[in-house]
Amino acid sequence: MQLFPCPFCGPRDETEFHYGGDAGNARPDGADVPTDRWAGYLYRRGNPKGTAREIWVHMSCGEFFVMERDTVTHMVLSSTALGGEHAA
Amino acid sequence: MTRRYSALSLFKEGLAGQTGWKQAWRSPEPKLSYDAIIIGGGGHGLATAYYLAKNHGITRVAVLEKGWIGGGNTGRNTTVVRSNYYYPESVELYGLAHRLYEGLSKDLNYNVMLSQRGMVNLCHSTAEMEIGARTVNAMQINGIDAELFSPEDVRRVAPVYNFSPDARFPVFGGIWQGRAGTARHDAVAWGYARAASRLGVDIIQNCEITDFITEGGRCRGVQTTRGAIRADRIGLAVAGHSSVLAAKAGFRLPINSYALQACVSEPVKPILDTVVLSPGCGVYVSQSDKGEIVIGGGLDRIPSYAQRGNLPTLESVIAGLLEMFPIFGQLKLMRQWAGIVDVVPDSSPIIGPSPLPNLFLNCGWGTGGFKAIPAGGTLLANLLATGKHNDISRPFDLDRFAAGRLIDEAAGSGIAH
Repeated sequence: MQLFPCPFCGPRDETEFHYGGDAGNARPDGADVPTDRWAGYLYRRGNPKGTAREIWVHMSCGEFFVMERDTVTHMVLSSTALGGEHAA
Repeated sequence: MTRRYSALSLFKEGLAGQTGWKQAWRSPEPKLSYDAIIIGGGGHGLATAYYLAKNHGITRVAVLEKGWIGGGNTGRNTTVVRSNYYYPESVELYGLAHRLYEGLSKDLNYNVMLSQRGMVNLCHSTAEMEIGARTVNAMQINGIDAELFSPEDVRRVAPVYNFSPDARFPVFGGIWQGRAGTARHDAVAWGYARAASRLGVDIIQNCEITDFITEGGRCRGVQTTRGAIRADRIGLAVAGHSSVLAAKAGFRLPINSYALQACVSEPVKPILDTVVLSPGCGVYVSQSDKGEIVIGGGLDRIPSYAQRGNLPTLESVIAGLLEMFPIFGQLKLMRQWAGIVDVVPDSSPIIGPSPLPNLFLNCGWGTGGFKAIPAGGTLLANLLATGKHNDISRPFDLDRFAAGRLIDEAAGSGIAH
């Protein structure tokens, strides 16, 4: 069992967290976004082996945050609120 | 001396003290160039090499494997073979694989121990029974064998299920595919390796890809830990590591890598002679030829490249198993492991040209790559040989994500994605 750090609640059981996708995957804006750009936003992923920046939600408190994590060792490198004002 | 396996060769080798067996496949040094390179020495990669040689006559082929043959997902799955899918595109694809599996031992002269013991997907409510009936109808319309099972039918094939009145997941019936079953996963890899090697394919192990050679915007070969190897047709069949190689080739794929766990109990006497899947419990289970209870479940909860799996998922799988079969509570768990699978948003594979010309994809099989090995090999071989899709692979092209023509088989995989 692994503990994940919620920037608001501190270290909590991994089962309280839900993965929410790549960090920095901005939704395209505007009326004439090409289909390939939409496909990129909706489907294509970095899926890195090693350090990854990911969006997670702590389901107990409902807050979304950015967690930097190694996808091979599962070591957590950093955990920051989306606004950046909280860090655990 | 002995190259062809038969009852007679077994008998002769018995008399000769088993001294005449040859190694099953050659391990040559890599050449500087080939007609085609296949990256990944798993089931799909080896099958691709075999069908390239057999169906298309292209024998100057190298299979490059970073570890050893059958050391990745081919040796880490739960060996189930089935084609109980919903959409016509999927039925064409998995139906092809299923038919090829039925003739594979003869085709390869290697016993892959296909055991068509049948498989039942359980329904635990009247609503699930309605969906079950819909699936059975779809399968029958598409020409796949399927039967809607009553609770009595389920009791007949899986009498040790928890049929007690206070069962948490009572049986209302199930979806039955009688031709489904299991095959020996290592034998599939070894059989394809042996057959491909005999047709001239070079199988090169411990050879990791470090980069792609691109000239004039096209892929012309690969840099490896054993030097540069060139070819104008390159196939990628590396399952969970597709994103890693795609990044080296300069594009991104609609794939997230997850660990998928499985485990086996100690071997016991025959007690379960079919494959049972319960979507409610998130578990599927069969008994191996050795007597072990082979247990599989859903994906791990976090994207991962660690081939070990995490504890919460294993706990929920075991809890689900004991809801289904309280009698298995006595068993000792012998081994647990995980493979890294490439999960696509619509739970269907990606087969076709990649954004880098000359490089072709066979990936995205997610939790169900093993049952599709003969089809994945046939289709990637066809793409490498002709440069074009055939009718079966066309719907699975990467362009379906931009076009919005997804083939959403999340239900067909039977396990939550």
